[in-house]
Amino acid sequence: MTSGSLTHLQSLEAESIEILREVAASFERPVMMYSIGKDSSVLLHLARKAFFPSKIPFPLLHVNTTWKFREMIAFRDAMAEKHGFDLISHTNPEGLANGINPFDHGSSRFTDIMKTQALRQALDAGRYDAAIGGARRDEEKSRAKERIFSHRNASHAWDPKNQRPELWRVFNTRLNPGESMRVFPISNWTELDVWTYIYSEGIELPSLYYAKSRPVVDRQGTLIMVDDERFRLEPGEQPRQEVVRFRTLGDYPLTGAIRSDAATLPGIIMEMQASRTSEREGRLIDSDSVGSMEKKKQEGYF
Amino acid sequence: MSLAALTPDTDIALWLNQQTEKSLLRFLTCGSVDDGKSTLIGRLLYDSQLILDDQLASLKKESHNRTVGDEGIDFSLLVDGLTAEREQGITIDVAYRFFSTDKRKFIVADTPGHEQYTRNMATGASNAELALVLIDARKGVLTQTRRHSFILSLIGVKHVVLVVNKIDLVDYDEAIFDRIVAEYRAFAEPLGFSTLAAVPVSALRGDNILAKSGRTPWFDGVPLVPYLETIQVAEDRTLGKMRFPVQWVNRPNLDFRGFSGTVASGVVKVGDEVLIASSRRPAVVKSIVTMDGELSQAVAGQAVTLVLDREVDISRGDMLTHAGETPEFSNQFQARVVWMSEEPAYPGRSYLLKLGTQLVPATITDLKFRTNVNTLEQTAATKVDLNEVATVTIATDKPIAFDAYTSNALTGGFILVDRISNATLGAGRIDFGLRRAQNLTYQNFDVNRDVRSQMKGQQAKIVWFTGLSGSGKSSIANLLEKRLTAEGRHAYILDGDNVRHGLNKDLGFTEAARVENIRRVAEVARLMADAGLIVLVSFISPFEKERRLAREIAGDIDFVEVYVDTPLEVCESRDPKGLYKRARAGEIKNFTGIDSPFEPPTTPELVLHGAENEPAVLAEHLHGWLKI
Ligand SMILES: Nc1nc2c(ncn2[C@@H]2O[C@H](COP(=O)(O)OP(=O)(O)OP(=O)(O)O)[C@@H](O)[C@H]2O)c(=O)[nH]1
Ligand SMILES: [Mg+2]
Repeated sequence: MTSGSLTHLQSLEAESIEILREVAASFERPVMMYSIGKDSSVLLHLARKAFFPSKIPFPLLHVNTTWKFREMIAFRDAMAEKHGFDLISHTNPEGLANGINPFDHGSSRFTDIMKTQALRQALDAGRYDAAIGGARRDEEKSRAKERIFSHRNASHAWDPKNQRPELWRVFNTRLNPGESMRVFPISNWTELDVWTYIYSEGIELPSLYYAKSRPVVDRQGTLIMVDDERFRLEPGEQPRQEVVRFRTLGDYPLTGAIRSDAATLPGIIMEMQASRTSEREGRLIDSDSVGSMEKKKQEGYF
Repeated sequence: MSLAALTPDTDIALWLNQQTEKSLLRFLTCGSVDDGKSTLIGRLLYDSQLILDDQLASLKKESHNRTVGDEGIDFSLLVDGLTAEREQGITIDVAYRFFSTDKRKFIVADTPGHEQYTRNMATGASNAELALVLIDARKGVLTQTRRHSFILSLIGVKHVVLVVNKIDLVDYDEAIFDRIVAEYRAFAEPLGFSTLAAVPVSALRGDNILAKSGRTPWFDGVPLVPYLETIQVAEDRTLGKMRFPVQWVNRPNLDFRGFSGTVASGVVKVGDEVLIASSRRPAVVKSIVTMDGELSQAVAGQAVTLVLDREVDISRGDMLTHAGETPEFSNQFQARVVWMSEEPAYPGRSYLLKLGTQLVPATITDLKFRTNVNTLEQTAATKVDLNEVATVTIATDKPIAFDAYTSNALTGGFILVDRISNATLGAGRIDFGLRRAQNLTYQNFDVNRDVRSQMKGQQAKIVWFTGLSGSGKSSIANLLEKRLTAEGRHAYILDGDNVRHGLNKDLGFTEAARVENIRRVAEVARLMADAGLIVLVSFISPFEKERRLAREIAGDIDFVEVYVDTPLEVCESRDPKGLYKRARAGEIKNFTGIDSPFEPPTTPELVLHGAENEPAVLAEHLHGWLKI
């Protein structure tokens, strides 16, 4: 810091830390969503910084659909062990009992039951009054509209037409009984900011982000990795090895891989700069229809 | 606006360096409805090649049946991300978008022009350094153009670009452009912007956005993007007085106690003597802790943890500063507020005020005047309506640390929050503190029961419970008090126990003494209600005459008589204090229900049947009935 003022990444980091501390200071039962992806990894790193030398003063919540890449779960447990945070994993018990899966029930029903409903169950069970998430405004058009401290009514619904004004860094954190807040500390980060921060801070990520030879099948132009024996192959279909990586991580049958040989962070950053498609393209759930994210958010999805 | 050339041979570190060296400009678009703000932002995103192939494809599909440019795209769809916005073709809330050119990074807030959503425009302006004020060339300067400009000046946005849009619809006419610019300059003169440039554009067709347009040969200024890339707006907040608002006390174990927060302005160094604003106590900065190691100094914008050399009482909301450079510390100041709620602001109402990390109850003590957004004229007012700007004095329940907004927006800007709904009602900027606030407080302003009640966010009243001993009066009153307290109300119970042992311990049980007992209790209840409290009186009060006396003493205070009607047999079987037994045994004389009558009230406001329901149910019913 030669000039005495902060670089862009340093300001973003400081802003996020301030938001995380505001949550810890203003709410009784905060929780941080931990989805194991790159944004969650950045969030975890920021939370460790925000409260150092104290431990992160709230638990991390993972909503496990049971269809995550196997490596994600191993990575999650290793991180909890290494950084000593409280990890809560929740799976929708009815969904599990009914064997809800992306093959038989379709992506939108599966997502609704195993993600949205599961999340609501976990938030209700924990009586959390604030849930911190890693969403960014540059991800999607309705996210670009959301406040950093985003109010939810007693049924977890977002009212996009009636958001609280949010001036300067003065956040209105007040709630009535039953209401809650979703808080997005990295709202103002772009995908490039996230990658450059990961690079400059040396943040660990699941290796799925890096190119490697993996068994995939082609489904209408989307490359899906066959991560375990539950995957339903079409008659005669054979997974073939391809060098691929993922731009975003989620449920493996619903997450498209891209052909790439970027096996390092600089390689990824370079490839991203040249890319002409958005990161969410790989997420099968968003492409359903315009306004689908807003609708999901109104129902309580992150 | 090509992307910086990045090849596998480029040194990534070097490239990243270039990226981080780029400065950042935060700006917003504002102006009247339909002037083309969202279209302009969409155009900027499109021209900076930020719209990726998959997004472009879906955009083209959606643009069907809408106003489109040569590219076949309705650019406003790129920013109007809510379903309701697309359906109505207007912007409702701010969209934050990000783009960058070879020279600069930009965060842009696209705000709504619709008057109803002015609060969202203020939200977008509060973190911006520059504003694009859009004008539809066919319509010229409108009320909303003026309102937004006024709000920009209040919030302290110093740099303005007047974007005269839809110039294609007026045949690229120079005279129209000149006339609009002249009119706007005349209006904006008193608003004191540091820079004010003007540019004729067509957001839809792309004129004068990236480069000079051949269709406006008469325009000799700089096109929009080159202007935004080069204008100098940065203010060095490290040069200001040091302000460190304590956000969170960092206490991992008994050996470490640090104060976490973000330096709002100035620089704090290890070894500095700092003062705590509230107590004026000094301490020395022993270390500046971060996870990346200890620092020798922290500058404005950095989020750190300070450790001091001694044990001092500091909690969230305190502010650390350098001696000789302390902020104001007072409970009264003058401010200008932008009102953001349908429910108007009135003097005397109590709100919660949040400034930095400080949260205190506060009252608007005086409404000096309202400013007309069209003429900037100041007029007298008794209330502030939605989207109006007023100059007020505010008194806080306890002193807070602050600076004038002009010297520091982070320590001089505040919001007002409703004490019951918790909605954000308004935003304000402190103009100056009123020194010796104690003497000046409430100068234009009578302190009366209404004011005191409103400060507590409630309506004062007396709830008078009457009924036999053991009928359930006290249980119900207790539950009601708990419920009210949980809701943030201020209630107090007067009953035999807390009155007989003190105030009335000189009174016996003769007829005269009983009347005196009631008289005193009624007077105390009246005083307490006058102080703004909800007073719950739980007395057997068996005689109609006594209860009438209490009601008369209450005067104009809301008086609610609640008859807890529980049959004598039930009360006697409960006998919680064993009094009935003793009365039957003749140990207590004149016991109501046994050897002294109970006159059931003839016109109580409410009857609760104590034998039919649990006290909790009755308390709940009463709470609902009272509509507090
Ligand atoms: N011909 C022409 N039409 C334009 C231009 N800019 C915008 N429009 C049209 O004007 C209409 C309103 O544009 P918007 O961008 O939605 O206006 P806005 O200022 O964002 O509106 P609000 O946010 O609701 O206040 C749309 O139909 C646009 O296509 C322009 O430069 N030329
Ligand atoms: Mg708009």
